[in-house]
Amino acid sequence: MTFYRSTVLVSVDPLCVEKGAYELIDTLQDELIKQGLLDEVQVLETPRLGDPETLGPDIVVYPEGTHYTNITYFDIPRLVEEHFIKGRILKQYAATMIDAIDEELTAPKSKEIRVVLENIGVIDPRNIEDYFAKDGYMALGKVLTEMTPEEVIQEILDAKLRGRGGAGFPTGLKWKFARQAEGDVKYVICNADEGDPGAFMNRRVLEGDPHSVIEGMCIAAYAIGAQQGYIYCRAEYPIAVSTMNLAIKQARSIGLLGKNILGTNFSFDLEIRMGAGAFVCGEETALMASIEGSRGEPRARPPFPANKGLWGKPTNINNVETYANVPRIIQKGADWFASMGTEKSKGTKTFALAGDVNNTGLIEVPFGITLREIIFDVGGGIKGNKKFKAVQTGGPMGGCLPESLLDLPVDYETLGQAGSIMGSGGMIVMDEGTCMVDIARFFMEFTQDESCGKCVPCRVGTHRLLEILEKICAGDGEEGDIEELEELSDQIKRNSLCGLGQGAPNPVVSTLEHFMDEYKAHIYEKRCPAKVCRALIKYEIMDGPCTGCTVCARNCPVNAISGERKETHVIDQDICIKCGICFQVCKFDAINIT
Amino acid sequence: MPTIKSLDDLKRIRAEALRKQELKTTSGKTEIIVGMGTVGIAAGARETLKAILDYIDHNNLENVIIRQTGNIGIDSYEPVVQVILPGAEKVTYGRVNTEIAKVIMDEHVVNNRIVTDYKIEG
Repeated sequence: MTFYRSTVLVSVDPLCVEKGAYELIDTLQDELIKQGLLDEVQVLETPRLGDPETLGPDIVVYPEGTHYTNITYFDIPRLVEEHFIKGRILKQYAATMIDAIDEELTAPKSKEIRVVLENIGVIDPRNIEDYFAKDGYMALGKVLTEMTPEEVIQEILDAKLRGRGGAGFPTGLKWKFARQAEGDVKYVICNADEGDPGAFMNRRVLEGDPHSVIEGMCIAAYAIGAQQGYIYCRAEYPIAVSTMNLAIKQARSIGLLGKNILGTNFSFDLEIRMGAGAFVCGEETALMASIEGSRGEPRARPPFPANKGLWGKPTNINNVETYANVPRIIQKGADWFASMGTEKSKGTKTFALAGDVNNTGLIEVPFGITLREIIFDVGGGIKGNKKFKAVQTGGPMGGCLPESLLDLPVDYETLGQAGSIMGSGGMIVMDEGTCMVDIARFFMEFTQDESCGKCVPCRVGTHRLLEILEKICAGDGEEGDIEELEELSDQIKRNSLCGLGQGAPNPVVSTLEHFMDEYKAHIYEKRCPAKVCRALIKYEIMDGPCTGCTVCARNCPVNAISGERKETHVIDQDICIKCGICFQVCKFDAINIT
Repeated sequence: MPTIKSLDDLKRIRAEALRKQELKTTSGKTEIIVGMGTVGIAAGARETLKAILDYIDHNNLENVIIRQTGNIGIDSYEPVVQVILPGAEKVTYGRVNTEIAKVIMDEHVVNNRIVTDYKIEG
């Protein structure tokens, strides 16, 4: 019996055979003979290995158990040389967890300051004792026993806390108006209808530190004189809702919600109302309509909610993050809070970093930090060493800011002046492979879809904007389109009823301002510089680099690629649907996009 | 927990909670914290948690406390597991699937060797 140093198992299930398993075995054996390894390495067939969705047949090398996938007979000489002669694993094709081991897991986040997120990831959100150990409800205790409602409002005013939902209205002022409004029955509402794509700051606070929101709402209720509160949370956040419900139950059972809290005259209780996921319900008047059981449609303001809100009563409505800031301000003082941030925007802000950035996730940074620091220091830079192109702040109604504005210190005013918004803190980073016309089209599709339809400028205007953008992306753009986009945007901005319509043209306006050359290339040169818009690009196989490995032809979903093995392949442009699969699977960079 | 009727009650409960936490850190027990927010769960934190519980069950480990927490913010590294050995600093691990969880239990929790391959710095 012969003893082998290594055994190679090659998967020969029907799928792998179709993908060239037997050619692979032949080549492997030829190569082993060539290298004189036939006595040392044994090649065996095996019925099934790994994931049938992979590109080439899978093989496993024992005794190490290295699993290679996406491998074709073309890669065999390298594999034999690297693995069997040099004893090195060919990481490029390894299917096991080699990538994860090799990649250094680092998360440089030193520029963060955690105020709102202080407890999250530290305490158990389902255990109220953990919150007590972090001085939980002590701010409420201080407020109820030592401070008058006016003093509480003054403290929040001094801290210069501004609404974290996006508009940045001074919270203390809002509370003051609600306090001064006449009426015995008043309400506080927490806006947890976080609908921006890619934004999940509020969800994390609700899930990770629910009691801080309850405490913040209690303090607000005391300040304005409310007895009942509602948390309006979207139904898409089931874990947040269940965590929040549990927290409310716990607080109620030990008397921190209900009648005569801490033995004082202050009574307050809370309920959760779930929204069915309409984006416009994040707008405060639409949100209140939804709680009342009506259609979630906004109405004209004034009257503002502080005077005529839920069921016509004075109502204070703030965002999750705003409330979560309140207990910290009461505990540590307005001066401490105001020491962070810029002149007009104090404290910290949470952002959801998403898109083409290395460290996606949630961050909390002081106002005044630059976009560059957020993206490159905290976010760890752009994925795959690509070039930065734009960042969109503030969700689908925010503007796209180019590289020249990266050194902008982030606060409510500067972002507004640059043509974007703070929003609730979504931040989508885009690399050089993004087409800005296509991005504008994408966001317009979203806002057009989410427009409630009550007012004409938003309902019809966003639809028309989308039509023009779709036309440009399809290569049918013509003279006058840019002017029409500009005029429509202006009309929609000025005439829409609520924030959704007023903000909807922002992605178009900002891309027109900063990336006009891309619009012009689409319309006048019928060319998509980022090579994204399908109607304007063409895939071609280059003669030189193509080795005729047949991978592209085998993966083409419409069989548009033909050619003999080991000879240059050709794409039939009439059949090609421009899906880009050939570009992705080609290992020799032989596919050119023009 | 008793009802809180005054500020003094609140202060007492806080002191009690702090005392319990102090006890936990001096009890000589190892703490394992699994991030169970939406992101963690979507990335497979439930399976990770189950693997850890199974491991503890299977190996009859007694000095281990399991806790849950929300998302600590490094979403691209979920599921995140944090291990605190008695008297030691907290160690955070990223992308902990069921297999890595077993490695961490074997190496770090049982044998006190930090698994540097999956550790997140900073």
